[in-house]
Amino acid sequence: MTIRTARPDRVQHFRPRMHCLKKLEAMVVEMQDQKSGVKGSEQKLNVTTIPHVLTGKDIIAWIANKMKTTPEEAQTFSTMLVAYGYIYPLQNHKKLVMCNDSSLYRFQTPYFWPTQKWFAEDSDYGELVKYVTTYKNHDPFLAPCLPSNPWQTDHDAYWTLNMRRVDLPTKMRVERWSFSLFELLSDLRGRDDFKIFLKKEFSGENLAFWEAAEELKWGTAASMTAKAETIFKTFLAPGAPRWINIDGRTMGLTVKGLDHPHRYVLEAAQTHVFLLMKKDTFFRYLKSPVYKDIQKKALNPEAHNFSPAQLEQNANSRSPGIHPIILWQQEEEEKAKAAAASAPVDVKAMMSKIDRKK
Amino acid sequence: MCDQTFVAATFGPCDSCGTASPLMNIYIKNEPINYCSFCMEVMACQGLQKGETLATLKKECESLKKKLEEDRGKLNDVELHQVAEKVEVVGALSIKTRRVLKGHTNKVLCMDWCKDKRRLVSSSQDGKVIVWDGFTLNKEHGMSMPTTWVMACAYAPSGCAVACGGLDNKCSVIPLSLDSNENCAAKKKTVAMHTNYISGCTFTNSDMQLLSCSGDGTSALWDVESGQLLQSFHGHTSDILSLDLAPSETGNTFVTGGCDKKANVWDMRSGQNIQSFECHESDINCVKYYPSGDAFASASDDATCRFFDLRADREVAVFQKDSIVFGASTVDFSLSGRLLFAGYNDYTINVWDVLKGTRISMMFGHENRVSRVRLSPDGTALCSASWDNTLRIWA
Repeated sequence: MTIRTARPDRVQHFRPRMHCLKKLEAMVVEMQDQKSGVKGSEQKLNVTTIPHVLTGKDIIAWIANKMKTTPEEAQTFSTMLVAYGYIYPLQNHKKLVMCNDSSLYRFQTPYFWPTQKWFAEDSDYGELVKYVTTYKNHDPFLAPCLPSNPWQTDHDAYWTLNMRRVDLPTKMRVERWSFSLFELLSDLRGRDDFKIFLKKEFSGENLAFWEAAEELKWGTAASMTAKAETIFKTFLAPGAPRWINIDGRTMGLTVKGLDHPHRYVLEAAQTHVFLLMKKDTFFRYLKSPVYKDIQKKALNPEAHNFSPAQLEQNANSRSPGIHPIILWQQEEEEKAKAAAASAPVDVKAMMSKIDRKK
Repeated sequence: MCDQTFVAATFGPCDSCGTASPLMNIYIKNEPINYCSFCMEVMACQGLQKGETLATLKKECESLKKKLEEDRGKLNDVELHQVAEKVEVVGALSIKTRRVLKGHTNKVLCMDWCKDKRRLVSSSQDGKVIVWDGFTLNKEHGMSMPTTWVMACAYAPSGCAVACGGLDNKCSVIPLSLDSNENCAAKKKTVAMHTNYISGCTFTNSDMQLLSCSGDGTSALWDVESGQLLQSFHGHTSDILSLDLAPSETGNTFVTGGCDKKANVWDMRSGQNIQSFECHESDINCVKYYPSGDAFASASDDATCRFFDLRADREVAVFQKDSIVFGASTVDFSLSGRLLFAGYNDYTINVWDVLKGTRISMMFGHENRVSRVRLSPDGTALCSASWDNTLRIWA
């Protein structure tokens, strides 16, 4: 495996193509003009109706007319629009080209245009400064740990209070959940609280799907096919018990990908669900009675104030804590219990069981 | 007019070899080609095209690099420390050694924390891998490896296993048990196999996958259970010395740094090298992501540490001082990302203010090179490993 290549410098990896992308974007904006842009319409594809759809034919004709050039050049230009993601094909997702026929296309939302994140303005560094400011009080090297840093006082209360399955978390921990959905989900105790909220809203399937997708991504290669099948049956199949509501295109891509299950087959769907939770559900959670309740009840431990004699005593009686292997085994048991409780009921099996009892 | 859609990694049968795998989309003469990363490499290696000579290709490469630097320079004039002028200064830090872990009989080359925030694993030139409870100083497991120079070690996210590798060109996973007397090394399982020494390894978000980097210039993602190679990453032109997995919510990228002075960012799904930074003047010994995942730092033999912003796609800070002459071998951030701890070959650890670019303090104590510094998972302590055969925990 010692292939050493002086890789050809495919400049597309790097940002400096701004000059040409700016021109592309100006064109894309014009194409979407209500009056003088490309004529779109509703299209029926199988059983779904897709709004604002354009045919490749129409796009190429519009560009050829606008740029006063041949259809071949217009086709090359519009292929670039597809390659850079400004327009996406509805049918053949793999080949990112513009076809001069009745193939269907749609415009990509500007949020995802390649130029959106290239300005090295103050705002870029602002992100780094903002992150530091947000987490400043949570950094044990910059602000004191409450009740105390175990390494400084030899007392492990800080770890005990912040364990995985505490009834009441600390105020600092609850505050950290509000920083981002990622923080909330990374802390399993926070995830539990989020699940309580979701249960009240009857919208637990999004998080359940996200968790299942994570299991698939990080699981063993051998388990791929079985997991993909279970996920399809539970979340994606028409009429599935925990059907998730994602847009038609993503659903189409995902279901097609499930023909060759691999660990990233759910990537598009998972990202969609995550963004949905991040932009909507997460903020409602932060305003909800569930969160406000845990904020109120959260513990605010007093700072330790050990005398030198007490510190010496602490040093001589350092607690061994619970071994991570034991904690892991406990977690696996809890997960199995939860899975059994939420598995869709097999009505047929239940019925035949009842029949046999008779 | 448009709706929410997302960039999906295209997947399917490779146009060249036919195997179903994540595809890289490129265009040759306006024709889209969907090759898997391996076939892409093979194609890139296929001799010179008509009209090309080695000299013309080299010249083309140099001119593209120059243009890239020019364009990068045009994009901005503001430095990070200028933006951070309004941020208040960090107060005096009083960081002391809280534990000294003695037990290795030769240079300690690597260490990693367990997610329980107190246990850690360390590996040494003496061929031993030790699992410690850092809090009680209890040595829980001691395992002997078949070769000396165990240069990489990692703790599994579950806390139930460790991985290690080095001059044996392999990275093995060893399941741990509750019984200290049990010979864990006997259950060792070889997962990664390279053609040169293993310089770094880490588990991904679960115990099932291992990421390794090697002196053979490649890094690779492995399935632990079967030992199967899931994805390989090619692009470095010399030994890779370090890797780090991104902490972001998507968790799909990692960064490597090596002897070719380059730091490369990779997409784990497709094997693609998505970003590259060549700013150091000598070998990059260590790379580490900023806690938010939007930036990373590197430590180099050129006695500087540098800070790279991934969204701005450029180096945004250089941590250097005339009085610092010896190479930096390791870096890590504090929890908020405000502090950068860097271990040097002059036996010290310097603490840098990431936003202001200045050095805040120095940590003395080791009696030889500092080979690795790592912050504990909850940010309460920093562990340093050294060629003086010990590890220290600071807080």
